Amino acid sequence: MNPVMLGLITIVTGVVGCIGYFFLSNLILDAVLPARGPNAGRNINRANLIRPWLFLLPALTALSLYLAYPVIETLRLSLLDRVQGGGYVWAGFDNYSQMLGEPKFWEAMRNNLLWLIVVPAAATALGLLVAQLTDRIAWGNIAKSLIFMPMAISFVGASVIWKLVYDARPEGSDQIGVLNALYVWMSGEGPQTWLTFPFWNNFFLMVVLIWIQTGFAMVILSAALRGIPEETVEAAILDGANPFQVFFRIKVPQIKNTILVVWTTITVTVLKVFDIVFAMTNGQWETQVLANYMYDKMFRANDWGVGSAAAMVVMLLVTPILVWNVRNARREMR
Amino acid sequence: MDNIAGQRSTLTWIVHITVAALVALWLFPTVGLFVSSFRTGDQISASGWWRALGSSEQNLTFRAAAPDTQEEEGGLYVIEGNLFDGGEPLNVSAWGISARAVDAFEPGTTAELRKGGTITLSPDGSYRMENSEPFTGKRGQRIFIAAVVAPEFTLENYNNLLFEAGQGEGMGEAFINTLTVTIPATIIPILVAAFAAYALAWMEFPGRALLIAIIVGLLVVPLQLALIPLLKLHLGIGIGKGYLGVWMAHTGFGMPLAIYLLRNYMAGLPRDLIENARVDGATEFQIFTKLILPLSFPALASFAIFQFLWTWNDLLVAKVFLIDSTGQTTVMTARIVEMLGTRGGNWEILATAAFVSIAVPLAVFFAMQRYLVRGLLAGSVK
Repeated sequence: MNPVMLGLITIVTGVVGCIGYFFLSNLILDAVLPARGPNAGRNINRANLIRPWLFLLPALTALSLYLAYPVIETLRLSLLDRVQGGGYVWAGFDNYSQMLGEPKFWEAMRNNLLWLIVVPAAATALGLLVAQLTDRIAWGNIAKSLIFMPMAISFVGASVIWKLVYDARPEGSDQIGVLNALYVWMSGEGPQTWLTFPFWNNFFLMVVLIWIQTGFAMVILSAALRGIPEETVEAAILDGANPFQVFFRIKVPQIKNTILVVWTTITVTVLKVFDIVFAMTNGQWETQVLANYMYDKMFRANDWGVGSAAAMVVMLLVTPILVWNVRNARREMR
Repeated sequence: MDNIAGQRSTLTWIVHITVAALVALWLFPTVGLFVSSFRTGDQISASGWWRALGSSEQNLTFRAAAPDTQEEEGGLYVIEGNLFDGGEPLNVSAWGISARAVDAFEPGTTAELRKGGTITLSPDGSYRMENSEPFTGKRGQRIFIAAVVAPEFTLENYNNLLFEAGQGEGMGEAFINTLTVTIPATIIPILVAAFAAYALAWMEFPGRALLIAIIVGLLVVPLQLALIPLLKLHLGIGIGKGYLGVWMAHTGFGMPLAIYLLRNYMAGLPRDLIENARVDGATEFQIFTKLILPLSFPALASFAIFQFLWTWNDLLVAKVFLIDSTGQTTVMTARIVEMLGTRGGNWEILATAAFVSIAVPLAVFFAMQRYLVRGLLAGSVK
């Protein structure tokens, strides 16, 4: 069948199915436990106990099947080995020890650590800078909108955009990549293939993610800056504080929590970063990261055991943030 | 006092300049790709895109007329003509007859041909080849020239990529595929999540707080964990790789954010409104469809934009759950990554393909930025 038709049919079936399910299940509940007659009171109480679960059922099914179950299944797979011709055998921690013995894994860990330090710090700092600066100028909203724009661009699109920036042509011919054009013009030396220098090439990849995430940090921090009570700033100015003191001593401490939220959100994004490395270097020249290492193991080497073990490492790294988020959300609800 | 006012205006100028520099820095890479997509491959590799807005000197290759057009003039065999016949007239600044020295001669000078005879090229492109023996061979002499070419933009790349059969690298098809993935994957989760969010916001039941905590936790679970187990599941229940699988996967992965966003918004709706409706005898289903859903439009729009951008821009989920070995169902992001591998140097194709794929999200972004910002503010765990 034509996929477009299939898509249309799916939309209609999905929407009609959803509404039909909610409508019918509520109708049946009202019919079985009517809110009138001799048992009205008891019926209402019972219906109120059941109804939330009718509303929740489809969403909970999707959540448990697509997110909760995979966590457990991945843990299980990471402790198994696939045998030729189907079936699994218990492997204990063999997959983990095999993974820990691979230099590529440690390269990915080292790079991920670098990403985790550099990207959230740079994106948050730049976002804060832009948020503060654009707050006080007339065309601030246009500037914000343009810096926010890369958020809409896919990681793959961004990779193409930045590959053009890093492009290198043979020495002597006109450089078409901005970076090399500048470099040749300023240093007078030959063009460089930036993405092939081990270690430093990581930073050229990080620039792409910083470029994308700065807008996100800016939007959230800008709202937080606006929420700061005017009086605190005015009082500081009356006391003779200069603009830098107002910013670092008065404003930043008051939005500390928001900064932390932005930082952790970008941290989670960094841990999952896959597309940029996959599209730009595919982990060559020592730019491997965990997510791409895992993809390599799962779908190129077809080693589900080690792939799952790598996925568990990513999960483990996310867990502190997960716990922190849950605790924050609970405190806020109280 | 004057001193303070002076300081302030200097500072304001610094702020303006810094912001302008940052905006320029942020735009520059994207503009580069955009400009490149309107240039021909020769133009792109001859000069940086920032030169495209002005004239640029380029090296071009032409061929003189073939030897069978030669005429005999008083004992000399002559081939005459103009390189720019039937094309744009240019002003030759240097020329050559060997690929190793493309700018060896000044215009107006005469050069010795390797196979005997001489050639003279004027600045206007007219040439004259002379030889005492007849010229031989089938094809005309190659002539390389350097000339200043006016800026020129073309829609050719877009036309080739999207509408020419066999040339487009399947981008037109991939565009349709991406759209086919995106629309159902955006609409279905909204509906499912809205009902759940209503229950979590406005119904009292045991375990509610725990459920909300679990959803907040699931917000950050890396979807990498889900790849193998779900692929196994899809293969096991016979869905295999295809649209159905990718729609279901996107629905599941988008669910925590959808529920979280919508619940936060719905919980902020006025309590009186809902209590009054209950007192008036409205059923929960009626309250939801007639009251909550219309009032929650801003939150629904926010999530719809998120989910749209995320599914449109996604590579990983499509690679794992959709694209099979036939490659019929490939999406744009996957095509572009393939092109990066096979067509790494063909920037006219790459730039155009990338721009086709980012044009739609950019349009959505600029049209609905308000909702996106609102969603971001509500969606980050505080």
